[in-house]
Amino acid sequence: MRGFFIDAMKFSLLIQAAPHSAQASATALSFAEALLKQGHSLHRVFFYRDGVHNASELAAPPQDETNLPHRWQALAREHQVELMVCIAAALKRGILDEAEARRYQKASANLAPGFVLGGLGQLLEAAVESDRLITFGN
Amino acid sequence: MKKILFISRHSPYGTSQAREALEALLAAAVYGQDTQVLFMDDGVFQLVNNQNSATIDQKSLGASLPALPLYDVEKIYVHSESLRNRGISANELVLDSVQIIDSQAVSRLLAQQDQLLSF
Repeated sequence: MRGFFIDAMKFSLLIQAAPHSAQASATALSFAEALLKQGHSLHRVFFYRDGVHNASELAAPPQDETNLPHRWQALAREHQVELMVCIAAALKRGILDEAEARRYQKASANLAPGFVLGGLGQLLEAAVESDRLITFGN
Repeated sequence: MKKILFISRHSPYGTSQAREALEALLAAAVYGQDTQVLFMDDGVFQLVNNQNSATIDQKSLGASLPALPLYDVEKIYVHSESLRNRGISANELVLDSVQIIDSQAVSRLLAQQDQLLSF
């Protein structure tokens, strides 16, 4: 039915919970897939608090469990969704991109490809620009 | 300008929920929108005065809250039933400029917003 919705809305999602510890980010992913399928658009997914762990390249879940970072990456690839990770929340929890790893002289970076670090202002930009901002995992 | 309401429903210590809600709220306030905040459920504990959090190696959340009006967050709402259920009276709050509102007023407040951010 894509493209036939007159009332297509622009969504953003705020993810506050870590994968595996809580169901919230898996639910958010299903919600994201469903809204895109129904012809709505997804402006930004903002990862805050423990939600930043969704962006770890180093997560190695058992093969019979879903790999949420990989599924978020696939969603972003297929639908050009921006996956933004709060930089303040990420740094204190050990999620770093190459630039931050260099700045803090860490041995390695672990921000998964497809995710970007950004400021809390981008959460507000998402709130302003989107018709709906949905919070998961508070 | 959009009306954005932050809802803070968790106690100031024990988890980072309240602290990181406040950080997001302050970031929002400088973004130039009509930013408001509602404290309800255990979130009302954030407003109790004379918090001494040094013994648990935490910054005092209560000490940060009086900064809200300086960041142009002037609409600060507190849910009256949440206060009453926890035995907290209005004169125990760190802020004197709050509006204490009942459940019906909370319901109207939520309906007025463009976006709700729930913490």
